Amino acid sequence: MLKVENLVVHYGMIEAIKGISFTINDGEIVALIGANGAGKTTTMHTISGLIRPTKGSITLDGKELTKVNADKIVTLGIAQVPERRRVFASQTVEENLMLGAYTRKDKDGIKADLEMVFERFPRLKERRKQPAGTLSGGEQQMLAMGRALMARPKILLMDEPSMGLSPLLVKEIFSIIESINKQGTTILLVEQNAKMALAIANRAYVLETGKIVVSGTGEELANSESIKKAYLGG
Amino acid sequence: MAFLSYLINGLGLGSVYAIIALGYTMVYGIAKMLNFAHGDIIMIGAYVAFFALSRFQLPLFVSVILSIVVCTILGVVIERLAYKPLRQASSLSVLITAIGVSYFLQNAAQLLWTSNTKVFPSIVSNAYLKIGDLSISYLTIITIAVCIAIMIVLTLFINKTKTGMAMRACSEDKGAAMLMGINVNTTISITFAIGSGLAAIASILLCATYPSVYPTLGSMPGIKAFTAAVFGGIGSIPGAFLGGLMLGVIETLTKAYISTQLSDAIVFAVLIVVLLIKPTGLLGKKISEKV
Repeated sequence: MLKVENLVVHYGMIEAIKGISFTINDGEIVALIGANGAGKTTTMHTISGLIRPTKGSITLDGKELTKVNADKIVTLGIAQVPERRRVFASQTVEENLMLGAYTRKDKDGIKADLEMVFERFPRLKERRKQPAGTLSGGEQQMLAMGRALMARPKILLMDEPSMGLSPLLVKEIFSIIESINKQGTTILLVEQNAKMALAIANRAYVLETGKIVVSGTGEELANSESIKKAYLGG
Repeated sequence: MAFLSYLINGLGLGSVYAIIALGYTMVYGIAKMLNFAHGDIIMIGAYVAFFALSRFQLPLFVSVILSIVVCTILGVVIERLAYKPLRQASSLSVLITAIGVSYFLQNAAQLLWTSNTKVFPSIVSNAYLKIGDLSISYLTIITIAVCIAIMIVLTLFINKTKTGMAMRACSEDKGAAMLMGINVNTTISITFAIGSGLAAIASILLCATYPSVYPTLGSMPGIKAFTAAVFGGIGSIPGAFLGGLMLGVIETLTKAYISTQLSDAIVFAVLIVVLLIKPTGLLGKKISEKV
């Protein structure tokens, strides 16, 4: 279980996160929705250890993460699919995937997981020797997801997986997210596409300018009038 | 025949530039900074080798290793003490710090070993290899061979090992590299270690050709090698290799056929022309803005 308590994060003088608390239980898909600049990505980066919080705590199964280095957080079982995918453009698809398994030592396990990723994303197998920069947006998203799965995470943080993709691809990506979850990976999903996110989330939190303003099950929020107005386009 | 022998001598000089340029370009590629103290690491390497060989009468092989070890440690320590605290600072602050480190090393050397020039012992016989009319010094052959060997080993290291893969990842996107579990600080340290170790090798090759050791010894080769790195495309390893060799050849041919005094001016003029036509250098990557 990942538990975030009273988290405060500053960017210089600006308070980007103003004391938020939320939990992600094992096996859940939890969505964090909100407008641009609400602090969703900041929250993700703080969990991953790229940014240090000013106050508050983040614990994974009771272990405090806010003092742990980013590279160690991966070994504790948290992997991230970052916003805008951030694949290593000049490295091949296969090298990108191997970088995902960077902290692992179990050669056989890595090999098996590579096959598992190729099975899930056959397009990546076709393009395994191609530089990642030559892939389409959708393929890069799949690569970023595959790369994160190569760390064999307990919790997968996904930041805006739908960004810049066609509606058809978004559907495909979301069904992949669901199937990853069904196979036992807990997911924290950050999305601007609130409709899609709420449809697959067990629970969701709405973030507005650094504060959590509403929370509930995915269904509750999807049917809430105020949420509909603010995030679902009427 | 004269031309061919100038060309080979140029490649010899260029090989030294290339080895130094590799240090500049690797550090730039990964830490995104110009380490202007790199030339002074060469100077320290030269002093270490000089003392090992002349004062302590150590065998050549041991002296070379000693020089490499000292420079490697020095490079890592400099990075930790001077550059690491500035990781979030502007690149201008880092640049100024690097210049400060450069002056610090030069002045420390002057204080410790005075500014008197020390004569580097001769380590390679002056014998020449004769092929018909052509004579090439063994030193030149060794220098070129060392440079090629370094290039091959480094390319394999960068492309085939896990650490090399991590280095390439860090050079592209440090944040994403951290998300892979790569320790960026360690990777930067390794880069400085390799670059500084190479500087030590370059210092010995350099002193074998020009056997005088003095505190500002590293400045000129440092600047030339930096030029070579920019010429080839800063951040690119094959670029540093190509840039170094070309710079050496241009310099030697200019000295032979045009003017000894003007050789540096002509070398830099060529650099300016190349950068006007291709601002990223010969093999430099186009820097694409992320959307």
